[in-house]
Amino acid sequence: MRSGFFAGFLLATVSAAAAFAQGAPIKLANVAELSGGGATVGNNWKNGIDLAIEEINAKGGLLGRKLEVTHADSQSNPGVARAQVQKALDSEPYVLLGPGYSGSVKVTAPLAAEAGIAQIMGGEAAELTQGGNKFLFRTSFGQQSSMPKVAKYINDELKAKSVAIVWVNNDFGKGGRDVITKEFAKYNIKVAADISTEAGQADFAADVSKIKAAAPDAVFVYVNEEESARMLKELKRQAITVPLMGETTLVGQKVVELAGDAANGARGHVGLTTDAPVDLIKAFREKFVKKYNYVPDHNGLKGYLAIYMIKATTEKMGKVDAKAFADNLHGLTIKAASEPGILMDVTFDEKGDIDRQGFLVEIVDGKQVVKQVLPKLN
Amino acid sequence: MSNLLDLLVAGLATGAIYALVAVGFMLLWQTSQTINFAQGEFVMLPAFLMLAVMHAGAPFWLAIILGILLSLLLLGLGFKLLLVDPMLRHGVLPLAIATMALAIGMKEAVKQFFSAEASPFPSIVPAGDVSILGRVVSLQSLGVLALAIAVVIGLTALLNRTSVGHQMQATAQNPTVARIIGVPVERMILLTFLINAFLVALASLLITPIYLAKFSSGEILGQAAFIAAIVGGFNQVRGAIAGGLLIGVVDNLSAAYVSTQYRAAVPLILLIVIILFRPQGLLGRPEERTV
Repeated sequence: MRSGFFAGFLLATVSAAAAFAQGAPIKLANVAELSGGGATVGNNWKNGIDLAIEEINAKGGLLGRKLEVTHADSQSNPGVARAQVQKALDSEPYVLLGPGYSGSVKVTAPLAAEAGIAQIMGGEAAELTQGGNKFLFRTSFGQQSSMPKVAKYINDELKAKSVAIVWVNNDFGKGGRDVITKEFAKYNIKVAADISTEAGQADFAADVSKIKAAAPDAVFVYVNEEESARMLKELKRQAITVPLMGETTLVGQKVVELAGDAANGARGHVGLTTDAPVDLIKAFREKFVKKYNYVPDHNGLKGYLAIYMIKATTEKMGKVDAKAFADNLHGLTIKAASEPGILMDVTFDEKGDIDRQGFLVEIVDGKQVVKQVLPKLN
Repeated sequence: MSNLLDLLVAGLATGAIYALVAVGFMLLWQTSQTINFAQGEFVMLPAFLMLAVMHAGAPFWLAIILGILLSLLLLGLGFKLLLVDPMLRHGVLPLAIATMALAIGMKEAVKQFFSAEASPFPSIVPAGDVSILGRVVSLQSLGVLALAIAVVIGLTALLNRTSVGHQMQATAQNPTVARIIGVPVERMILLTFLINAFLVALASLLITPIYLAKFSSGEILGQAAFIAAIVGGFNQVRGAIAGGLLIGVVDNLSAAYVSTQYRAAVPLILLIVIILFRPQGLLGRPEERTV
């Protein structure tokens, strides 16, 4: 009789625990650049995450469970990012989100891999996914995907024979500079000036003077958003009139807001833009503006997509399994028709890189205008 | 050569702003023994005060006036009454440390109440170019330079050619004797704080369109002003001016001809050399206090 009572009690306890686990929120951890030089990146990323989670929870959650996220500030500092990621992993999240800066991703990725937790991040440096880390996933193109398109555009459309490269001296900037230099060599484009700048740099007068002295046919600018804005202002101040080409960080919404008229004419390849001629992206933009009262840049899209990557992968698995998550995301194609939150069809390869359509844009009257749509490869 | 002209103009324009900040830095030290390590943040804050006024719907010109008035109130009167007066009686060092704490507090407050992200800030000098010696030179650079020089000339005239200026000099050189001969020392010290507040507000107005309004933008400016004041001469207005201009030019030339990575180191090397071989600074005088 007594042993029957204990068996019943044990069974009831286990059932209750299982039921509790079934309904318990799914914990996500985000570590991003909420202050410091990358504040634009981190805050857009964070807001995109919060918007997606709010949407999914409003529709009943993921497999019936609510999503819950904690946000930690890396202060745009790789050292702080590493400490924050370690702290986040100690709380055993389902998936780790962020950081956005490549340098911070580089130092935090081994921690997540060691814990066996998938890390969905915003970094774009080519090397991040080249080291065989099976737990790291991009939300945007890596430099190895985007730079060849930029070099081709400079050669085919701008017909430039010499280019000044301005890059930021960190993992992101060095990675981009190395890839684009190799691509320029393929087209016999001469590097007229190779100018490294510092993260957080305020004064670009000397750098622009060097560009002026080199007299290139075009300038390729590859620095972070705030520095891009300062650089564009200085280029205008010193009356540089040659075409300005860059990547997402040159033609993002925040850059346009900060640089004002100086941003007009700047062109760039963007993997994600809220000005894309895609209905789902237009709808996302409306929702974001309604909630936050500003137009997001590509980082807002990245954060939003990261959450829908988690949703699509988990629904494919049919269970919440942190250890199996990465394996299931590799090789996965998510169609926007079946998961509208993913906005555009996307495929993840074995390295965690993505294949998706991209855009070539130009800033006209303070707005991004899509000049070309570059289709998904596979 | 043409590149050198561009660099000189850009360097002088930035240097002129450093000079404004350095002069304020030097004035505070001379009259009240205040080493203000929050001087960079003092330059950062007025831009945000002006932006706050503009966000409330005021036009730019009104935001400038209100921003300067608020700066005089907060960074002049408030700084003196709430921080300097209570701390100074404990010595120069506790006060210096208190200003470091103030710098952190100001940065965090702006980050908390405004944003951690940079914000655009309009320029009072119109965009455009003029041709000088066959070179296209930015009107903004020239405008910033001209305005900063005009203010420095005005300040120098105030100090050297007016009764108030002479009383300020007397206060700086020997407050006890100044008091005996009837100089209102306390009022002169307060005036110095107000002048510093005006200078940093002006510097903020000139530099923020270039650097953008950001909570951390004072870090670079504070360091540059500190170096400029020491290099030029900590006890002379003309020294602080020369130091500011020199640091601006050296910074630009080193970025162009040495390397961007080491640009921040070159002014510091200059500082060390000056301290070793001419401790009173380029235009300073040994053991003399004057404004």
